Amino acid sequence: MLKIEKLNKSYGASKALTDLDLEVSKGVVFGLLGPNGAGKTTLIRIINQIIEGDSGKVYLNGELLAPKHISQIGYLPEERGLYKKMKVWDQMLYFARLKGLSPADAKLKIKFWLDKLEMSTWRDKKIEDLSKGMAQKVQFISTIIHNPPLLILDEPFSGFDPVNAEIIKNEILELKEKGTTVILSTHRMESVELLCDQVAMINKSQKILDGTIKQVKSSYRPEVFTITIDQIKQPIPAEWAAKQDETSYHFTLPLSGKTPNQLLHELMEYGEVAQFREVIPSMEEIFIHQVKSTENG
Amino acid sequence: MDKIWLVIQREYLARVKKKSFLLVTLLTPLIFPAIMGIFVWIALEEKDNQSLRIIEVVDDNNLFFLESSEQYAFSFSNLSEEKAKELVQNGERYGFLHIPNFELEDPKGITYYGEENPSMNLISYLENNLKKKIEEQRLFESGIDPKIINEVRTKVAIKSITLDDQGTETVSDATVNYAIGFLAGILIYMFIFIYGNQIMQGVIEEKSSRIVEILVSSLKPFQLMMGKILGIAGVGLTQLLIWIVLIGTLTTIVTGFLGMQMPQQQAMEMANPEIAQGMANNSDVGEILLVLSGINVTQIVLSFIFYFLGGYLLYGALFAGIGSAVDAPSDAQQFMLPVTIPLIVAYMGLFVFVLNDPNSTTSFWLSIIPLTSPIAMMGRVSYGVPLWELILSMGLLITGFLFTTWLAGKIYRIGILMHGTKPTYKTLWKWIKTNN
Repeated sequence: MLKIEKLNKSYGASKALTDLDLEVSKGVVFGLLGPNGAGKTTLIRIINQIIEGDSGKVYLNGELLAPKHISQIGYLPEERGLYKKMKVWDQMLYFARLKGLSPADAKLKIKFWLDKLEMSTWRDKKIEDLSKGMAQKVQFISTIIHNPPLLILDEPFSGFDPVNAEIIKNEILELKEKGTTVILSTHRMESVELLCDQVAMINKSQKILDGTIKQVKSSYRPEVFTITIDQIKQPIPAEWAAKQDETSYHFTLPLSGKTPNQLLHELMEYGEVAQFREVIPSMEEIFIHQVKSTENG
Repeated sequence: MDKIWLVIQREYLARVKKKSFLLVTLLTPLIFPAIMGIFVWIALEEKDNQSLRIIEVVDDNNLFFLESSEQYAFSFSNLSEEKAKELVQNGERYGFLHIPNFELEDPKGITYYGEENPSMNLISYLENNLKKKIEEQRLFESGIDPKIINEVRTKVAIKSITLDDQGTETVSDATVNYAIGFLAGILIYMFIFIYGNQIMQGVIEEKSSRIVEILVSSLKPFQLMMGKILGIAGVGLTQLLIWIVLIGTLTTIVTGFLGMQMPQQQAMEMANPEIAQGMANNSDVGEILLVLSGINVTQIVLSFIFYFLGGYLLYGALFAGIGSAVDAPSDAQQFMLPVTIPLIVAYMGLFVFVLNDPNSTTSFWLSIIPLTSPIAMMGRVSYGVPLWELILSMGLLITGFLFTTWLAGKIYRIGILMHGTKPTYKTLWKWIKTNN
């Protein structure tokens, strides 16, 4: 769907993107992760043709990115706004028409979406009279109104209350079912794990990690196990900092160069091993770990 | 092009549909005739209700007799200075004019005493009156009968005719030319300022409310900028058109109504004595029509539309550029100076140079340089301008606005995505030099 090769962009002396390669396959939700100032917004702006890269190539469906592709992309920026004095209907119509829809087609689609998100009664309200969540919904509909095959959402859940966030999340998943490719740029790791199939992590203008969630998770294994032991035969060493609850002891141990079997074997000396499980890091932990390690290295 | 058209439509409708637009558009033309009407009405009332103001005159020369007018009566009671002053203090007299002994060649020391500050009107009335009396006295002393002087006094009005290469004669009148140039220049000046500011506000609104990021993912920043400039131009033209129609109708109604109560001539004199005098000199209606027909109306109207739009586009782009560079209107001040100065220079130049001497070197340059030409050239066009100068000026104005649009486009495309930084001229220059 989207392929990026050796993309570079700098603002004066500071590099925003360095030799970035990226491939997003069709029909996936792609998480674009990275701390503030990593270069995510620059990348998104380049894909949206708001700015141009200094060098490198961007392909959309195998074609070099060109102005005609504008209508194939839906973009919800992190910092977003609407014309406060405009009515919901007029506003949506304007955005839809700018994306190249015919007036008749645009009206049909707006009607559909207003009904779907139960907002029909709001069509003649001015944006300034809407609640923030309502305005966000209008914004979201404006982004997807032209059925773009590629949807770029920058922090889509900020500003939504949990109920509306859930609605938007479901809409995103539904769009994915229909074959829309979604690029999701966010800091909220729980939504990444929930929604994304693939992720890429950018830090300091460079890609530091990418792949499916599973690949990424297996790439960073802290090799730590959580252990529960019952029916103690010998006392548990104090440095393991075990928590005792009735007759059970719970603690975590790193492999420290041993194989899991060796560790398990050792543990059996202390009593009945009731639980022996590798700790799978959350995306958040991976994120923090990766950012820190690139910063130190 | 389609997208520019969409932006134009939105910008136009968003403004025209506003209640405030309707209000301003309808009320402004009402205000001018209303104010004019109120003035004329007050003046009429005052004339009716005015009590005669009595001014005591003490003339140590025993020479001058001042004729009373509708407003002022002069009493000559041969009082002493002190007595006369007392009368003024008591309120029995409006004022007291003391004419001390003087040589006729050198009238000095004439003093007016009043309880309130005398109006300009009164002072000049007294001065003119005395001047006339002294002159008459001096003529009389040198053996000329003032009556003869009055008889030989002649009114001269010069009819001016411009002669072109083909020998066509056109009757012209500087007063009419002046008025046309004056009005056209001021209109263009106001239009540029008011609507230029609207462009700037609009750009800042889009930028600060972050709509712009969504917009530029659908169309080029340049399209957005041009759409806004052209859309607002449409608003301005609409407003102008409505004003012309409304002011025209209203003025006709108001003057028609007042005309029944006051002869036209008098009304004019009260409004502006100088113009009235100029008009009186060739009060022949046929003459005025001749003058009007001598003016190249088509040329003036076409030039007006051209400079009106040209000037607006030239400055509009600059206003858009400024708006894109800042986060809030208050930050825009620092960049406004280079835009306002040429505008004010053009405006001042119109009055100081162009209207007084349309063919001077300064007037020529003011009307050629694109930054000042929209305003200055209108002051010249009504007097008639050589075709090559007009073409040169128009050509340069087109070049000028292409240049400012290009310049503003460069600033705009980067500026609208920049937040939180206060740009300086140096940063703007950097943006202009950046290629993508």
